[in-house]
Amino acid sequence: MIKCKTSKAIGGMGHSVKRKEDARFIQGKGNYVDDVKLPGMLYMDIVRSPYAYAKIKSIDASKALEIPGVVAVVTGKDLEKYNLHWMPTLMSDTQMVLPTDTVMYQAQEVAAVIATSRYIARDGKEAVIVDYEPMTPLMDPHKSLDADAPLLRPDKKDQTNNHIWHWDVGDKEATDKAFDNAEVVVKQHMYIPRIHVASIETCGCVASYNKVENHLTMYMTTQAPHAIRTVIALVAGHVGLTEEKIRVISPDIGGGFGGKVPVYPGYVIAIAVSFLTGAPIKWIEDRSENLQADSFARDYHIDVEMAGTKDGKIQATRFKVLADHGYTDASANPSKFPTGLFSIGTGSYDYGTAFMEADAVYTNKPPGGVAYRCSFRVTEAVHAIERITDIFAKEIGKDPAQLRFENFIKKEDFPWKSPTGWEYDSGDYEAGLRKAMDAVEYEKLRAEQAEKRKEGKLMGIGISTFTEVVGAGPSKDFDILGIKMFDSAEIRVHPTGKAIARFGTKSQGQGHETTYAQIVAEELGIPYEHVQIEEGDTDTAPYGLGTYASRSTPTAGAAAAVAARKLRDKAKKIAAYLLEVSEEDLEWEPGKFFVKGAPDRAKTIQEIVFAAYTNHPPGMEAGFEATHYYDPPNLTFPSGAYICVVDIDNETFEIKVRRFVAIDDCGNIINPMIVQGQVHGGLTQGIAPAMYEELIYDEQGNILNGTFMDYLVPTAVESPNWETGHTITPSPHHPIGAKGVGESPTVGAPPAIANAIVDALSVYGVTHMDIPITPYKIWKKLKEMGKI
Amino acid sequence: MHEIKFKVNGVEQIASVESRLLLVHLIRENLSMTGTHIGCDTSSCGACTVLIDGKSAKACTILAVQANGKDITTVEGLATAEGLHPIQEGFKEAHALQCGFCTPGMMLRAVELLEKNPNPTEEEIRWGISGNLCRCTGYNNIVKAIQYAGAKIRGEEVPSTEPEFV
Repeated sequence: MIKCKTSKAIGGMGHSVKRKEDARFIQGKGNYVDDVKLPGMLYMDIVRSPYAYAKIKSIDASKALEIPGVVAVVTGKDLEKYNLHWMPTLMSDTQMVLPTDTVMYQAQEVAAVIATSRYIARDGKEAVIVDYEPMTPLMDPHKSLDADAPLLRPDKKDQTNNHIWHWDVGDKEATDKAFDNAEVVVKQHMYIPRIHVASIETCGCVASYNKVENHLTMYMTTQAPHAIRTVIALVAGHVGLTEEKIRVISPDIGGGFGGKVPVYPGYVIAIAVSFLTGAPIKWIEDRSENLQADSFARDYHIDVEMAGTKDGKIQATRFKVLADHGYTDASANPSKFPTGLFSIGTGSYDYGTAFMEADAVYTNKPPGGVAYRCSFRVTEAVHAIERITDIFAKEIGKDPAQLRFENFIKKEDFPWKSPTGWEYDSGDYEAGLRKAMDAVEYEKLRAEQAEKRKEGKLMGIGISTFTEVVGAGPSKDFDILGIKMFDSAEIRVHPTGKAIARFGTKSQGQGHETTYAQIVAEELGIPYEHVQIEEGDTDTAPYGLGTYASRSTPTAGAAAAVAARKLRDKAKKIAAYLLEVSEEDLEWEPGKFFVKGAPDRAKTIQEIVFAAYTNHPPGMEAGFEATHYYDPPNLTFPSGAYICVVDIDNETFEIKVRRFVAIDDCGNIINPMIVQGQVHGGLTQGIAPAMYEELIYDEQGNILNGTFMDYLVPTAVESPNWETGHTITPSPHHPIGAKGVGESPTVGAPPAIANAIVDALSVYGVTHMDIPITPYKIWKKLKEMGKI
Repeated sequence: MHEIKFKVNGVEQIASVESRLLLVHLIRENLSMTGTHIGCDTSSCGACTVLIDGKSAKACTILAVQANGKDITTVEGLATAEGLHPIQEGFKEAHALQCGFCTPGMMLRAVELLEKNPNPTEEEIRWGISGNLCRCTGYNNIVKAIQYAGAKIRGEEVPSTEPEFV
């Protein structure tokens, strides 16, 4: 059980209080963007390219415009008049809003139809005739730098080929030397395929420009409303739409997972059309558009190598990445880190020296940020290190758990400097793995596996002991388009002792309305039920960079604690005044200050706040509110130990996940129920890429599974019963000792599953399989190996 | 245009609709009841699930004209003057929702499931809701919520919904 400092009624940290936001969601009273309906609103639908790479010879909208109810058809040429046909991306690249001459990926936006209803807009879309001259697309990133490859970004000055950037980190010389002298070297090529977040709500907006006031209200599915407001101001400032005239409202969001961070052309077109017509414009993607054109994740081709001794001391790792970024740079910003936080790749281990390098290239695949419940490339890195660790263990004939124990960073070695430059804040990896092994009864399973193998049955056990890196981030290192990645909280306590708190983040299901209230309750003793939480309205909330990459608790959660502590300092002064003692004589317990040694002489927080409005000390500012912009001193480093057990049918190769035990360490826990829920959901988003999901393109650039009929989001049947638990290693630098958690399971689960499947198939001599691992892929592999 | 008469959550409605209008748009746009959601265009996700004469159906796959003479229940019709429906209570108690977008459809599907099978096994629940996608919860707690609601409807003691996060 988690120890709580506050009573259940106050509901501070550690209490599994029920969620405040649920009441509206279970009664159909959520307010998602497609629920927004404004007077005079018009609907927008988008004509998209059937080709991955083609010249646009002409666009004929005349038939569409003849349809009663079609108001306008907007093309790139129309936007060009206002210089709105290109836009900056959050990844410091540029992207077409609508093309004037060339389309660069299948499903690219080509024209927008504006109409009086959703149905008429769709009719209009069908009636727009676009004449294309198809060209051969560049779909294989390995061919991006070939001499005969088409130059995909002639619009960019100085771009003479399709290379975007090269990045490296670590000690190349020492690493190469370690490899040259090592007793054992293993290497593996692995492809982490392109996948899609597929939040159940797609993206959309209602852009409402008021000509009289020169004011834009933008309701949109965005995880980062404040940053979006700034981006809109940067794009549209030249037509007079300046930042104070822009209000971004992010209403309830039906799942984000990073896919609702980028600015999509649809948003910009909607704004432009609303600006020109003065009518509110609603644009809601359908699912196929969402899967085919929106932000993707992964698409990393990785060569990973490991060097060590025969008895299992790892001495060096080496990573080489080819990153397929599609049509625009899909760097996982923050600006300084083109590969995001891929350099966490040495994981939970003291693996000696390391060197990593990556090259990113353009192809004719859709652009975007890199979103899938881990935007910063940690998943790719963790997959590589956890897989190669197992491959090394197999090579030297050591149990993979034992190899991990022997190479873990020790609990007492924190803060720990990684060979790629991170300072891990805290961790106890051994305790996590020990707990997971006990829960799953590891030794017994290995014995069972040995028996099963005698009977010719395929059973596998896979481990992943990962370290995550979240909470971007410290201003010295982290910015997006120059804006530092702090986050904010503003707490205002009303005279009767009830509070409202506003944040620069934006929940998409994480339960901020509950957990942030619990942080305020923890620090001020005001019951969480009486702390109202608001996010997502840029007119009212303090500026922040939003919710993604498990950053809300590490940044805005910290801001809430610090702002509340400012208020507690003020409360102490008021209490001292009211009790006529000095501040030093006062002691705090959640909800009140009392005189040391005389607990009856006390003032509750409610009495103190009331006094702040009715009887504040002379010379003190009245009122009771505080704001804090929290600039974290370091990232937080959550970790986990996952063990997966699979049974594979030795004729059909159907894979059954028999058990999956996940022990997570996210530091101090605000609400165990919510953390557990985050872990469950993340695990299902871990099994998804491990066994089911992949965006597949053919050579012509056609997406082969661009609908929910064939992009296989796991149902309750594919998703096993997750077994979860935790260890607690507080973050030493975070005000409440918390770390992020949302991404951890998505990062940690795929290699546990892949390791289990490969372990099962190791009887055939299989040492690696790329995810997603399907029965067909297993059959194919064994067939190729001549084993069946 | 076609004149249709139907009931939504017990209230008689009359609407004049195009032949092609989908039931989900009739509910969301014409009646402004936005609790029923749209998550895909292939009848795969189940976010639009409603009850038609007590049977769960994906409202994105049914034409509004097919609702003529039918009795429809949406999420807005689950709670009564006495309070929340047991399935709503179960979802809240068991933390079976996060973003809330799939929740109305998932709950309505579960209502029919429990009517047909008042005491389903975990496997029966998982197969029973396999036409509804949830991207947030990993389904563990949805299974629990349905078990909770089942017990409540049967008049039995409800199972613990404390997190097993040990």
